[in-house]
Amino acid sequence: MKKLVILGAGTAGTMMLNKLEPVLDRDEWQITIVDQFETHYYQPGFLFIPFGIYNKKDVIKPKRDFFPTSAEVIFSAIDRIEPKENKVSLQNGTVLSYDYLIIATGSKIHPEETEGMKEAGWHKNIFDFYTIEGAMALSKFLKYWEGGKLVLNIVEMPIKCPVAPLEFVFLADWWFTEQGIRDKVDIEFVTPLPGAFTKPKASNVFGDFLDKKNIQLVPDFNIARVDSEANKIISWDEKEVNYDLLVTIPTNMGDEAIARSGLGDELNFIPTDKETLQAIGHDNIFVIGDATNLPSSKAGSVAHFEADILLENFLCAIEGRALRAKFDGHANCYIESGFGKGILIDFNYDTEPLPGKFPLPGVGPFSLLEETKMNHYGKMLFRWMYWNLLIRGSELPIEAQMTMAGKRR
Amino acid sequence: MATREIAGKQIEFDDEGYMTDHTQWTKEVAVVLAAEDGISELTERHFAVIDFMRKEFEANGTGPSIRKLTKQSGVPTKELYQLFPGGPAKKAARIAGITKPQGCI
Ligand SMILES: Cc1cc2nc3c(=O)[nH]c(=O)nc-3n(C[C@H](O)[C@H](O)[C@H](O)COP(=O)(O)OP(=O)(O)OC[C@H]3O[C@@H](n4cnc5c(N)ncnc54)[C@H](O)[C@@H]3O)c2cc1C
Repeated sequence: MKKLVILGAGTAGTMMLNKLEPVLDRDEWQITIVDQFETHYYQPGFLFIPFGIYNKKDVIKPKRDFFPTSAEVIFSAIDRIEPKENKVSLQNGTVLSYDYLIIATGSKIHPEETEGMKEAGWHKNIFDFYTIEGAMALSKFLKYWEGGKLVLNIVEMPIKCPVAPLEFVFLADWWFTEQGIRDKVDIEFVTPLPGAFTKPKASNVFGDFLDKKNIQLVPDFNIARVDSEANKIISWDEKEVNYDLLVTIPTNMGDEAIARSGLGDELNFIPTDKETLQAIGHDNIFVIGDATNLPSSKAGSVAHFEADILLENFLCAIEGRALRAKFDGHANCYIESGFGKGILIDFNYDTEPLPGKFPLPGVGPFSLLEETKMNHYGKMLFRWMYWNLLIRGSELPIEAQMTMAGKRR
Repeated sequence: MATREIAGKQIEFDDEGYMTDHTQWTKEVAVVLAAEDGISELTERHFAVIDFMRKEFEANGTGPSIRKLTKQSGVPTKELYQLFPGGPAKKAARIAGITKPQGCI
């Protein structure tokens, strides 16, 4: 029997398992998947929890519901990978050997990387919403908050779902309006980037939205520390921003197991071939999702497009054929913009987000780089698609490769 | 694209003012580029950063992230911002004659 081991049963790992299981011959292949937790979180839903739109039960399901019966499932933390020996040691003492390895261990936040962040103010008036705990705590806080200065700060790039911070302030603007206290709240968006987003055209469009919604943009702010007694954040070049409520997107890093395995860069992301998705220097290891160091967005939609490429290349690799599928960096993100509307962007390594219609050129129903009600429905529909199609490995009506059809320069 | 004469050499720059061929770089060129960015003197500490960036670029085809820089060059983050005020990664890359850091996505 040949052995395929998948590390991480989040969005990408579960999806890969469900794509490979039906095509690999059961008499030839044993597939094993490993994760430390039994609960699957729909992370895009975390955004909505602080505003009471979703609660905890809307974003969790047992991981087991999504595993095919033939796969071996192990719930244990991964200690380390030994790529030279083709082995993985788990914290429960098990050692797995593999012929092929797919790493999908994702990324997570590290507030302790910023001086002063995890001190007295943590989960009192400093919150994250990238974890279920952070999102729930913030939801409780907001219920009783009477207003003041809300600062959203991105600590450093890259972060997963780079549009989520923008969505957060757009939704906050809407939510405080609904609560009747928008005039008592100042919202500031404090970012290390030179503008509202990473890509120039979209950055301008989002910058205009911030303006329209009366949200102040503070660009080029690289946070050095938090002073949680004086309630201010201070940059490396000694600029200061005061807050009453700080919502932080802390440093995002790959898992420590990757560092222990000597496979990661300075943020524990795995150097990965940006086209084939093989780990650089390891022909029998593929990497997918947030765990890679690819210059693409870290998003579920990206993992989905990568999965099609990985599947094709994996099948080539096991038959000794040259890898022919090439990932183009395709990302497709619905951006909730408040008041029942949304914005959609579609882009890849080489083409920045452009205006137009999607997925049918000229028809839509979704509009690129524009705020519409339909885009909001797309965002809300995404949860259903996620649980029912995406992580089950089903086809979605969007091609893995980005297309220029329907886009305007 | 633009070609300019600096320190007696014809040097090519991209639209954002980064050199397109890092092998044309010399210390004299660095001094001129630094002055354009408001850094009147390049000290040993500046060159510790610049040399590290060039080495990284030659090895990997792109400049290092700030995190890698501070972890491996021996120059702490705070000092880095003092040496290259207003954006060390981009400024140091321009003065080191390498392409603009790939930045983020
Ligand atoms: C607030 C928020 C909003 C978002 N919004 C969107 C959106 O609108 N659209 C979109 O496309 N994407 C969105 N994303 C991003 C999306 O959720 C992630 O990109 C996606 O989940 C990545 O999948 P992954 O499989 O790489 O990582 P994950 O889904 O995080 O899975 C990693 C898995 O590996 C396991 N693991 C890691 N280390 C170990 C170890 N040592 N031992 C055992 N198990 C381990 C973890 O337990 C986890 O189950 C959002 C994310 C956040 C946080």
